[in-house]
Amino acid sequence: MALTIEEVRAIARLARLQLTAEEEERFASQLSDVLDYAARLREVDTSEIPPTASVLPMSAPLRPDEVRPCLPREQLLASAPDSEGGLFRVPRVLELEP
Amino acid sequence: MAELTDLSLLEAAGALRAGAISSTELTRACLDRIEAIDGDVSAFLTVTEDLAMAQAEAADQQLRTRSDTPRPFVLGIPIAIKDVLCVEGVPTTCGSKILEGFRPPYTATSVTRLVEAGAVILGMANTDEFAMGSSTENSGYGVSHNPWNLARVPGGSSGGSAAAVAARMCFAALGTDTGGSVRQPAAFCGVSGLKTSYGRVSRYGLIAYGSSLDTVGGMARNVADLAPIFSLMAGHDPLDSTSVADAVPEIHLNGADLSKLRIGVPKEYFIEGLQPEVETAVRAAIEAFREMGAAVREISLPHTDLALPVYYIIAPAEASANLARYDGVRYGPRLGPGLYPEDYFVTRGELFGAEVKRRIMLGTYALSAGYYDAYYGQAQKVRTLIKGDFEAAFQEVDLIACPVTPTTAFGIGAHGDDPLSMYLEDVFTLPANLAGIPGLSFPVGFDSEGLPIGMQFMAPHLGEAQLFSAAHAYQAATSWHTGWPEL
Amino acid sequence: MTRFEPVIGLEVHAELLTQSKMFCGCAVVDPTFAEPNSSVCEICTGMPGTLPVINQRAVEFALRVALALNCSIAETSVFARKNYFYPDLPKGFQISQYDLPLATNGWIEIQDASGAPSTKRVRIRRVHLEEDTGKLLHHEQHSLVDYNRSGVPLLEIVSEPDLLSVYQARQYSLALRSLLRYLEVNSGDLQKGVLRFEANVSVRPTGSEELGTRTEIKNLNSFRALSRAVEYEIDRQTALLRSGKPVVQNTVGWDEGRQVTVPQRSKEEAHDYRYLPEPDLPPLHVEAAWVDRVRAALPELPAAKRSRFMTEYGLSAYAAGVLTADRPVADYYEAAVESAVESENETLPLKIANWLSSDLFGLLNEADIEIDQSNVTSEALVRLVSMVENGRISAASGKTVLEVLFKEGGSPESIVEERGLAQLEDQASIRPIVDQVLSDNPDQLAEYLAGKAALSEWFLGQIMRATQGKADPAAARAELDAALLDLDEIQSSR
Ligand SMILES: [Zn+2]
Repeated sequence: MALTIEEVRAIARLARLQLTAEEEERFASQLSDVLDYAARLREVDTSEIPPTASVLPMSAPLRPDEVRPCLPREQLLASAPDSEGGLFRVPRVLELEP
Repeated sequence: MAELTDLSLLEAAGALRAGAISSTELTRACLDRIEAIDGDVSAFLTVTEDLAMAQAEAADQQLRTRSDTPRPFVLGIPIAIKDVLCVEGVPTTCGSKILEGFRPPYTATSVTRLVEAGAVILGMANTDEFAMGSSTENSGYGVSHNPWNLARVPGGSSGGSAAAVAARMCFAALGTDTGGSVRQPAAFCGVSGLKTSYGRVSRYGLIAYGSSLDTVGGMARNVADLAPIFSLMAGHDPLDSTSVADAVPEIHLNGADLSKLRIGVPKEYFIEGLQPEVETAVRAAIEAFREMGAAVREISLPHTDLALPVYYIIAPAEASANLARYDGVRYGPRLGPGLYPEDYFVTRGELFGAEVKRRIMLGTYALSAGYYDAYYGQAQKVRTLIKGDFEAAFQEVDLIACPVTPTTAFGIGAHGDDPLSMYLEDVFTLPANLAGIPGLSFPVGFDSEGLPIGMQFMAPHLGEAQLFSAAHAYQAATSWHTGWPEL
Repeated sequence: MTRFEPVIGLEVHAELLTQSKMFCGCAVVDPTFAEPNSSVCEICTGMPGTLPVINQRAVEFALRVALALNCSIAETSVFARKNYFYPDLPKGFQISQYDLPLATNGWIEIQDASGAPSTKRVRIRRVHLEEDTGKLLHHEQHSLVDYNRSGVPLLEIVSEPDLLSVYQARQYSLALRSLLRYLEVNSGDLQKGVLRFEANVSVRPTGSEELGTRTEIKNLNSFRALSRAVEYEIDRQTALLRSGKPVVQNTVGWDEGRQVTVPQRSKEEAHDYRYLPEPDLPPLHVEAAWVDRVRAALPELPAAKRSRFMTEYGLSAYAAGVLTADRPVADYYEAAVESAVESENETLPLKIANWLSSDLFGLLNEADIEIDQSNVTSEALVRLVSMVENGRISAASGKTVLEVLFKEGGSPESIVEERGLAQLEDQASIRPIVDQVLSDNPDQLAEYLAGKAALSEWFLGQIMRATQGKADPAAARAELDAALLDLDEIQSSR
């Protein structure tokens, strides 16, 4: 199945990726190749097959509700591109919470 | 004595214990060799000289102190860390520009366990960006070169680790294996590489690519050298909810009774496109096992050809979520006009490389409304079938033997801009990740151009001990693992 | 003209009162006091390589709520990643539950109409666990991010669209808040944002079975905002339908300043959350034995307590509702009734209820404190009410004593003693005051004796004033009548 440029743009928008026009073209064809290749999966009858999300037949371990030391704020902010008064600074967010 | 860097890990450990050498000398020798040859190989992204020398001195202190408890084999041994495992205070980039300048405030559990046992960290080894690739060509910081032929790739994604071990810049290296990223570069570089069972080694501090597939592994010059690395890293970690509680088996390298060993050879792994020299070498190695007493039989893993499409849906889908955190807010550079949400798009668009963007796109698509069932849901179901193939096979055999890669190391740039052809390089290694089982890659010959050929054993989940004893028996009887490239 | 009725479903997000966060060991801190980014670590800020581990108590708290809401508990539930980008969401996805939530198919009973004993059953669709996001502080040119709240355990409770009026929506939210507080899993402090609402609102012609197109109102952080926003949306949608225009399915926000809903995005640009099972967490198995233990340890819940208060103490539905809305109040009341058990006065529980819900509540509200922070112990309140009931002090004095108790603490008896508030019951102490009042007001007395009988009431008022209300009104009247009779007789004998 061939992805259109519009579809590629929609996916890039969902994934928050800015692509150049050249990238859009290239990805459209490359992703289409991979999806074509993956199309063989649909030929497999899996109506009776449960999905495997994890190979481990285990149950989630539970942690006791105990407080552990936090990270010093300087360490937290050390790699931040921008910060102010102990907070991460970002461009003014206009869009309301999703 | 030969060059210090020519010793194996266990030989070096013996010399350290005997007081014949010091860790400081050993570490200095490695740093000198890195200085001398890594300009050609480009295995390291960061060399942590100060940290290494400090750790070496601390190790020497310990070695000088009398102790009644046995010293860990890795005490004072210089190793390399794939640059996807966090080391506190050391730049950890995943080979990506988007993590430039990031210094984690914590250390991965696997690394911590080695460091606590006295291992010396030489630096961070190159990788395909976010471990997505089979050649290190996708690194944001340049390609690594195969020490056997600098025009060839070292494989990937743990190419830097494999090249560093093969070029004797370190005694062992940590790698990670999501679809073959330890075994394939080990095969390309002629070293021994272990992919551990999913859940056997903590993933805490391993920067995620495909979380249900990611495993931490190791590479060394031979299988015996890998044993102490595995034994230290393995074991339950309360910080990783997918870490298994099972006890770590003792690795018995010697005295394996191969006459009780049943080896299965899957016919689906000897396919068109397999380089004849690879097939010949692998079949010869299997024959050697038969001669040593093992029972060898052909088996079938009928869903093998579906592993690739399953992998290239599941891994990108998980990656698309795992890589959403790189948004230029908390770490890494931020690019763009200083507006929201434009900065998100520019930062991610400019700082992720092409392969990473492709996989994020693929994964985003596979999870998006209307496509989930057809792609991700279906891939998870077919994954069940692939896992089932192995479960059925391991009812009849103890180990599965097969090639690691269809070819020996290919040339830098050989796959050009054709991702699908590059993906096909992983066809023999992906199934173990989908099934969560361990695999061990070890050298079984060279092709006509002098490039190493690897074979892999796969074992049932948590069956690492069996991998070690069988592969070690082979290395005890052969010498493919003892040669090294001249640099 | 066609009549329309609203159909409302509520999604409630409740932070859980655990010590540590959902997936890491950082302390859950009070946002009003904590320094920004002071309770964060590599896990709750989504640093590369970090992994989640589930907080057992968060699961236990969720089980409490789910069981109290009569839900079925899933033996196996699955955490999922909900993918979206936002600066307060450090991993770029929220760990939540999607197709296999912890609990489903429950119900809660709410009061249907003000004061009425009738109840309505509201169905609960699902209860699931997730993690809270960080917080954004907006400035003119930039925004700042604080991750203290990031990773705090959050319970999402989703109702079926069973609420058919603003009143019901409000009652439902109040009932849930009360329940969460009873279960000691949430403080109910809306101002601190620990309880947040989202409402799905649609309207349809009354009598219709079909649901109309709905809008989703986000970010409702107070009961007032909830009521106002839902009311606004109902009116807006009704007006649209009346004028023949369609309602567009979208998400709206509540603008507190302008008291209007504002469209946020329409269906076309709706988020595609691309849920996938969280690969870092195996499925959560909840053993039946654990569920049984949690169920056995559940406290008596508000609805049950309300009906028991009505039958056991003779309270009205309204009073029982008021006294059971908050567990500390109910506990206080029960302790009070318990300490009054010796009393032969069968109406005492009722009287205590009155004093509690009108007088003490008034003082608590004024001081803006909770009942368990008050100086007035339940025992003291009972002794105070008893003194009023047996006539030792007047009702008016009782209020004074309560105020003093509330301000300063202490025992009601000593306050009565110190302030001389005991009622003057004996003739010996009242008679001189009566005589004084009569001799101080010769003109009025003359008028009375001349036949203006109504003035006796006026004299009584003067006596009560002179005694500062301490005189037992009945005793005072008796003495006054006796004195006036004497004077009357003296005059006629002249
Ligand atoms: Zn934390």
